[in-house]
Amino acid sequence: MKRKHWRLVFLGGGLGALGLAAGLVLTALDDTLVFFHDPSTLKERQFSPEQRLRVGGLVEENSVVRGGDGLTVRFIITDLAHTVPVTYRGILPDLFREGQGVVAEGYLKGSVFQADEVLAKHDENYMPREVADALKKSGNWKGEGTE
Amino acid sequence: MIPEIGHFALILALAMALVQAAAAPLGARLRDGGLMALARPAALAQFLFISVALACLMQAFVVSDFSVVTVADNSHSAKPLLYKFTGTWGNHEGSMLLWVWILAVHGAAVAVFGRNLPPAFRAWVLAVQALIGLGFLVFVLATSNPFLRLDPAPLDGRDLNPLLQDPGLAFHPPLLYLGYVGLSTAFSFAVAALIEGRVNAAWARWVRPWTLLSWCALTAGIALGSWWAYYELGWGGYWFWDPVENASFMPWLMATALLHSSIVAEKRDSLKSWTVLLAILGFSLSLLGTFLVRSGVLTSVHSFASDPARGVYILVFLVIVVGGSLTLYAWRAPGMRAGGSFRPLSRESSLLANNLLLAVGCATVFIGTLYPLILDAIADQKVSVGPPFFESTFVLLMIPLLLMMAVGPLMAWKRAGASAVLPRLAVSLVAAIAVAAAVAASGGGPWGAVLGMALAGWVAAGVLTEFAQRVRLFRVPLAESARRAVGLPRAAWAMSIAHLGVAVLVVGTVGAGNWQTEREQSMQPGDTVTLAGYDFELQSIGDVPGPNYIARRGEVRVLQDGEEVALLLPERRHYPVQDTWTTEAAIHTTWLSDLYVVVGEDAPGGTAIRIHHNPLVPWIWIGALAMVAGGVVSLTDRRHRVGAPTRRRHSAPAVAAAGTGE
Repeated sequence: MKRKHWRLVFLGGGLGALGLAAGLVLTALDDTLVFFHDPSTLKERQFSPEQRLRVGGLVEENSVVRGGDGLTVRFIITDLAHTVPVTYRGILPDLFREGQGVVAEGYLKGSVFQADEVLAKHDENYMPREVADALKKSGNWKGEGTE
Repeated sequence: MIPEIGHFALILALAMALVQAAAAPLGARLRDGGLMALARPAALAQFLFISVALACLMQAFVVSDFSVVTVADNSHSAKPLLYKFTGTWGNHEGSMLLWVWILAVHGAAVAVFGRNLPPAFRAWVLAVQALIGLGFLVFVLATSNPFLRLDPAPLDGRDLNPLLQDPGLAFHPPLLYLGYVGLSTAFSFAVAALIEGRVNAAWARWVRPWTLLSWCALTAGIALGSWWAYYELGWGGYWFWDPVENASFMPWLMATALLHSSIVAEKRDSLKSWTVLLAILGFSLSLLGTFLVRSGVLTSVHSFASDPARGVYILVFLVIVVGGSLTLYAWRAPGMRAGGSFRPLSRESSLLANNLLLAVGCATVFIGTLYPLILDAIADQKVSVGPPFFESTFVLLMIPLLLMMAVGPLMAWKRAGASAVLPRLAVSLVAAIAVAAAVAASGGGPWGAVLGMALAGWVAAGVLTEFAQRVRLFRVPLAESARRAVGLPRAAWAMSIAHLGVAVLVVGTVGAGNWQTEREQSMQPGDTVTLAGYDFELQSIGDVPGPNYIARRGEVRVLQDGEEVALLLPERRHYPVQDTWTTEAAIHTTWLSDLYVVVGEDAPGGTAIRIHHNPLVPWIWIGALAMVAGGVVSLTDRRHRVGAPTRRRHSAPAVAAAGTGE
């Protein structure tokens, strides 16, 4: 075989790897994407209880209730237009608090959102980006730097 | 007064960067060697001025000068001294100043240690460095001036984000920047080589130490960040495929590919244009990472309050740098002469396969990281791409890479015979099967765990086989083998150490991914929880004051078969200035596994306590350390020593003087 042929072998290998990766990426995106919604959308649309979702908004003031086992927590997420009750079992993140932004990941069972992950990551303005956008959408955004 | 000196020094540094950037093109046009040589002192002066600026900012932080906005926003008089010091880069302005300082360090290092580079080439390298520096200096001065004053000055500051008040995170940014910015040097070398049309084995040899240095720093920085996340975030995890983590991981993958391809370019004068492309892409991904983290398009502990102007500036800079360098590449690369040819079965093609897999793996990380941003921009839909995506794409792509890792080093350059390579894989095959059988027999776990451990065994045995072959173990007397081992090039040792590190790291990640167990329980003093054969007894819980926080500290006695193994003191700290809480997990490591305890909030029935048993997690840090050690050993290889080539040049001083005007 000549140099040209070897080059074809390399090219084939490269394209094969790319094709494999593209296939992996496409199937993985199909299976693993988690969509984010605000409480208003959860009210408007139907969601299968098997579909993994993210919901975000503010933790409503005075809505955090702890269960008798000391680990189960119930709270309400609001975009100031609609609300959704959330249950979660476990230790909440350090940055979780009432009146501030939060994102919960889990499943919508009936009208209650069962979260298995609660994220309270944010910058120093205490507002996850998705939550800020959700508040802007519901017309309750108070501007940058709300604390 | 001192902050003004810093501000002024920064402006002078900008002027020096202009001189440094102009020296090479002007000197080349006017054929004036003296003008080109000006780039060197300019680089040193730029470094000096930025050092002054950084020192001034540090002074402001250390003495808590709250008349400086950055200090007032990010520091507090009660903060421990170490964090006043490291708090200098715990904010946007200071961290960008640190960035340009490290860039200047690299520029000065090229100026000082690059004596063996051809003078014109060195001037071009310094010019490209200076252009990057210019871009960031303008950015700092125009959008993120760390020396802005506040009048009237507040009595006290708003404190540093408590999550960042931690020794692990104090040194994570400098290391990471050293890595990011080190890739800028490889980038400058690549662009200078494209301009000069000089890409050859010598070029590959010049680039290598810079790439190695930045790869080591990047590896250490990422490992440190991951370790921090492990003990500080309190989730028992070490890697979350968070966009900000990915932002540092992508340049690392490219730097790893570059390290391997530059070996081919150096030894066989082949894969040259690919190596240049990797150098360009590596730094482009560093800039992309900076953009993602600094522009505020992502939300994480890394994003400081963002100003849209900053994001737009970095984006424009990114487009200019990436677009410009790729255009230059498209224009000049086809002119490069192909070097030594090789067959599909050879060391070269195994390194090419390594590069291909790393590049494609990097592409999947890239897609997973940017997909949510793109979908948000074009379809106004918010999605998150989490660990499952990366596990079913990137991790799968790493399987063939690990398979290749044992095979590649056993192959000869240019063309290898299958009949010569296959028998040498016998040990690896036996090791892989033995490990798989042992894992499956001991209760096992999912098939992924068995496969992962077998792969680690395969790689480790492959590395040892290759090493044994080099020292002719068991073919010659042991003393002779030992003598050979001592005499081996450092680069050979480096490869073995780093690759063994990878095997250890794989063991750690497989263990962490498959055998972690945890229990969450509400506990009162006296309660005991059993996990993985250990009894965890909560003895007491109480408040302990710290310098600028109050800790809720639990005392957990760990017993195995009735005997005390450890006393763990997990804390939940409250920082009153920012009214935030942080978690300090308490960890007892046996080097085979970690016992990991976290305290949560108090509730009427007791305190929430979470306990993790994390088998093999310490191996992750050991593996990463070994990889860094391998890189450092490789840096000491004889062919990178600065003195060696210079001495040779001394025999022809007339030529050197004529060329440079020195």
